[in-house]
Amino acid sequence: MEKQVGTFAVKKGLAQMLKGGVIMDVVTAEHARIAEDAGAVAVMALERVPADIRADGGVARMSDPGLIEEIMETVSIPVMAKVRIGHFVEAQILESLGVDYVDESEVLTPADEEHHIYKHGFKIPFVCGCRNLGEALRRIGEGAAMIRTKGEAGTGDVVEAVRHARSVLGAIRRLENMPDEELMAYAKNIGAPFEIVKETKELGRLPVVNFAAGGLATPADAALMMQLGVDGVFVGSGIFKSGDPAQRAAAIVKATTHFNDPAILADVSRNLGEPMVGRQVTDIPEAELIAKRGW
Amino acid sequence: MKIGVLALQGDFIEHVHALRRIGMDSSEVRLPQQLDEIDGLIIPGGESTTIGKLAIDFELMEPLRAFGQDKAIWGTCAGAIFLSKDARREQPLLELMDITVERNAFGRQVDSFEVDLDVPALETVAPSWSPYHAIFIRAPLIESVQKDTQTLASLPDGRIVAARQGHWLATVFHPELTSDDRFHLYFAEMIRTN
Repeated sequence: MEKQVGTFAVKKGLAQMLKGGVIMDVVTAEHARIAEDAGAVAVMALERVPADIRADGGVARMSDPGLIEEIMETVSIPVMAKVRIGHFVEAQILESLGVDYVDESEVLTPADEEHHIYKHGFKIPFVCGCRNLGEALRRIGEGAAMIRTKGEAGTGDVVEAVRHARSVLGAIRRLENMPDEELMAYAKNIGAPFEIVKETKELGRLPVVNFAAGGLATPADAALMMQLGVDGVFVGSGIFKSGDPAQRAAAIVKATTHFNDPAILADVSRNLGEPMVGRQVTDIPEAELIAKRGW
Repeated sequence: MKIGVLALQGDFIEHVHALRRIGMDSSEVRLPQQLDEIDGLIIPGGESTTIGKLAIDFELMEPLRAFGQDKAIWGTCAGAIFLSKDARREQPLLELMDITVERNAFGRQVDSFEVDLDVPALETVAPSWSPYHAIFIRAPLIESVQKDTQTLASLPDGRIVAARQGHWLATVFHPELTSDDRFHLYFAEMIRTN
């Protein structure tokens, strides 16, 4: 067989290599170096972390290619970057830069309120957010090779990350016990492709890697998500909006590996300095919630 | 016989599943004392910098080197880098196997690929020959092998992608991502005859 690139197996495979790891938001090459030294498995290159996007308001778009390239040149680990939901030209640009993963992200201002990108058409892999199983399976149907539960980005409040992870993982547990004749009606009800519903039932998990994101700020938050059953974590504002980013980043990496060992979790949580100043999700007006972008 | 899988980071569950398919007992290794219970160790794919850093933080470097002196170790991708004597850059390595590796040798993710390989050594565990379908993800390359290290597989252009030195095995691709378990059978056989 001739060499094949851009297959679904290699797209999904990179996410499998990231499992048990922490993907960190970085806004400069210096941040990227700190993240790599702390043990990040990948970095997400962007101009502003979600907490600042939230604070600044305005339209949030794909980052400057120059910044992304600088970060790609600085670290040896994979570099991810975000595009607006539905903005396939931003994705084409990132593909031409050679970024390792594209995040079609609700953290940026959506470019299309009806359609997400047709991701099977690209050689580079995509990660997409979800709040429930139907949303996850629709994204996989469009070609997402990795899923992250959305949480509520830029808040430092883990409550939505927990809600979305429980929603997806709980639905899969119920699906596993569902008789086959109920699958078609179930697929219709959650608006998901039947074949992928069936595959998820057979596997007892999503057919692609599933990370948690949105509001994680402490080692305990990362371990909580891992114990709930996700494959790894994204930490956005939680690291570089804290008092001592390098130490906190390293502690979250250790907590993600030893998520089931409370003695180690206690040890890595000690003397970490100030966490990011959080914002309770229940205090945020409905219109400012990020997770409801996309469908 | 029990095979451990280093579970600091990476696709260790995929290895555990492959071992289960071939009827092997396995256990996840995160701390030094867990090495005492196993007869051989797989270091999975993942990010080699992350795995190296966690191995230092949890004081696994010397116990792993001591384990490797007489027990079998197999590294896939990041694991192969970690097992090597030289990765041509500053990063923590076990420095056991006499191979020189080059990280991300094929380029970035957009260059990751699948290809069929000819691996004659697998005929010892599966007598009827068939090509081995290999998945390379941001893969390193075995730039050169030294001392008594044997090449087990190469790309058509001659570049080395799998090698063995006594009880150490390195593959820069990911047998754990496919349902072809011949490399897992081969490694189990290495442990048995070690």
